[in-house]
Amino acid sequence: MNRILRLIATLLFLGMALPAHAALRILATTADWGALATELGGDRVNVYTATGALQDVHRVDAKPSLVARARTADLLVSNGAELEIGWLPVLVRESGNPRIQPGQPGFFEATRQVRLIEVPSQLDRAMGDIHPLGNPHVQLDPRNIATIAKALTERLAGLDAGNAAFYRERGAEFQARWSDAIARWAAKAVPLKGIPVVVMHRDQAYLRNWLGLQELAAIEPKPGVPPSAGHLAQLVSKLSGTPPRMILRNAYNDPKPANWLAERVNAPVVLLPFSVGGTPEAKDLFGLFDDTLNRLLAVIQ
Amino acid sequence: MTVFRHVVASLTLACILCPAIASAADDIATLRAELQSLKDQYAAQVGLLEARIEQLEVAVSATTTGVAAAPEPIEAQAAAPAAGPLASPSALNPAISLILSGNYTNLSRDPETWNIAGFMPSGGEVGPGERSFNLSESELVLSANVDPYFAATLIAAITPENEIEVEEAYFRTLSLPAGFTAKGGRYFSGFGYLNEVHAHAWDFIDQPLVYQALFGNQMAQDGVQVKWLAPTDLFIELGAEAGNGEEFPGTRRNQNGLNGATLFAHVGGDVGDSTSWRFGASWIDLDADDRAYEDIDDLDEAVLNSFTGTSRTWAVDGVLKWTPYGSTARRQLKLQGEYFERKENGDLTFDAEGSALTDTYRSSQSGWYLQGIYQFRPRWRAGLRYDSLDSGTPHIGLVDAGVLPPESFPALLPANPDRISVMLDWNPSEFSRLRAQYAWDDARDAGARDQQFRLQYIYGIGAHGAHKY
Repeated sequence: MNRILRLIATLLFLGMALPAHAALRILATTADWGALATELGGDRVNVYTATGALQDVHRVDAKPSLVARARTADLLVSNGAELEIGWLPVLVRESGNPRIQPGQPGFFEATRQVRLIEVPSQLDRAMGDIHPLGNPHVQLDPRNIATIAKALTERLAGLDAGNAAFYRERGAEFQARWSDAIARWAAKAVPLKGIPVVVMHRDQAYLRNWLGLQELAAIEPKPGVPPSAGHLAQLVSKLSGTPPRMILRNAYNDPKPANWLAERVNAPVVLLPFSVGGTPEAKDLFGLFDDTLNRLLAVIQ
Repeated sequence: MTVFRHVVASLTLACILCPAIASAADDIATLRAELQSLKDQYAAQVGLLEARIEQLEVAVSATTTGVAAAPEPIEAQAAAPAAGPLASPSALNPAISLILSGNYTNLSRDPETWNIAGFMPSGGEVGPGERSFNLSESELVLSANVDPYFAATLIAAITPENEIEVEEAYFRTLSLPAGFTAKGGRYFSGFGYLNEVHAHAWDFIDQPLVYQALFGNQMAQDGVQVKWLAPTDLFIELGAEAGNGEEFPGTRRNQNGLNGATLFAHVGGDVGDSTSWRFGASWIDLDADDRAYEDIDDLDEAVLNSFTGTSRTWAVDGVLKWTPYGSTARRQLKLQGEYFERKENGDLTFDAEGSALTDTYRSSQSGWYLQGIYQFRPRWRAGLRYDSLDSGTPHIGLVDAGVLPPESFPALLPANPDRISVMLDWNPSEFSRLRAQYAWDDARDAGARDQQFRLQYIYGIGAHGAHKY
């Protein structure tokens, strides 16, 4: 028994004696917020991204490896608006880390910084796994990223006061590059306005909104409910009168329903990265939008 | 043992008192947070004003040119910061969720005769249940943060017999430093892997035989738990619990201080992008005082026997999940197994209300299960489980001394019960599950196989649940 106690005591001592890491440790829930934290923090931050672009962030296990990362994080950069509700509360709870508890400076929610669209006026799960706070997939409108970057820069400066000037300078430089890029993308995207499309899930709403795409239908009948054969058949008949120019599929989506529909309505499936890392070209946030536009424009030109 | 318990008790107390020490640091953090929220509010106001000015400018230019300004989708959705939620008394209500469950049961043998051969009955709600349609327990979960230092959770089961049982009711710390978390009240012990999992999240309708035989389904403790998570990239978690030890195989004892201690350790991590794992080892030490059970003696008469002594169990558990793309929505394979071994040492009294003969009792009993669940399509999962128990041959003083024949203790005759279960479930959404399960149950030991076919529904309403790994 004594030996076990001695082992516990040694481990506890080691745990407390570990030197504080020089870099600010950031746990980002999605690839996009991980990429943004890296853009803004540079070499002063150590970013770990909990999920990849090929994952459906709604449905993730609160894996031990993630709990371990949450334990040592100084800052948790999450998407919020209940996108990660099935697993993030468990990470925060099991982490034993007071810094990243909700309400603490180390708990950052991207969606808190911007206005959400599609806020449901009626809350009823008969409509699917709805998000009461609004559509959480805000990263596909680059203007949202600018606003969130501003808030995140201030958060970094607050948490790591010694490097505040560094973060603000880097943040300003990012904002300048980003607004140039937004202007470039807006000009490039003009031909996409009004193009009729079919989407997979409501998660392309911000992209659609930004580009002015016309959403004819969603393959998922209700958020979080996989399409059934009956629903797909209905879609085909609904779309026969007004065929879409393309069917948008995110890199993380199951390709089958989109491909099935594409054959029947005679429209191409366009694979979109959706997140940084979703396609080989979407290496960072700039690449995410460059590649998304290139792939959309390739179909209509 | 007592020294160890004192150490556990002092550590536990120290951890609970820690928020007071940490409060100075917390004050600074709170101030910072307040400052941040002020800044955010300010930014939000400015953003709204900017958006309004933009709108006005558009309107003005439209009226001056005389052309109606068509909303430009590309610029229309200026990202104005969100306004906070409306304040109202009910906005601070705890998160509430309710889980309803029921089943249809078809058994080839009379469930009244069900028992686990070779093991003293655990007294829990174990076994295949009753035939035909049954309502299961309805689970009501209420939880919220109390303040910046504590969170509280109540999980109550409303039984089909119209009673309310407190399954768990505990507080949990939010602000202990250095990776510590403390929990107190009534909670499912961190022993093993499945012990903390509530019935609605089980992968089969029932618990493995080893949980039914050794813990009467699940081990709840009234006490305190302290966990510590190592600051390493490898998941290393150590935990200790101290409780009143009332739940089977312990009993409530009329004494001050601790009467039940648990230690557990978990290690976990990833292999590549798609595979994750967790292994654990646990140990629980309990005392039983007059733990009674019913049996039929060799003269076919009902007797009440009782055990007084120590009951110590150790366990190892392991879980491996293979999830292509890391997303549980599409495909997942989950392998899981646990091995328990329990040693009991003390006195056994035969016919406590009659002849009351007492002599020594010593047993070493074990059991394990191994199960695999495969989600082969987005809404479908199939599972296979094998259960096995080994009762060992107990040393019963009264039998060894020739006072009574072994047949006086039919419940303790050596046996190796086992069971095979298969299940298939369909999950229309994250909130509903319909399941079919078939089991070949040899719990009564060889020669008395029960074929069990069951259908089950589970529905969850209210707050979105989040489950542990």
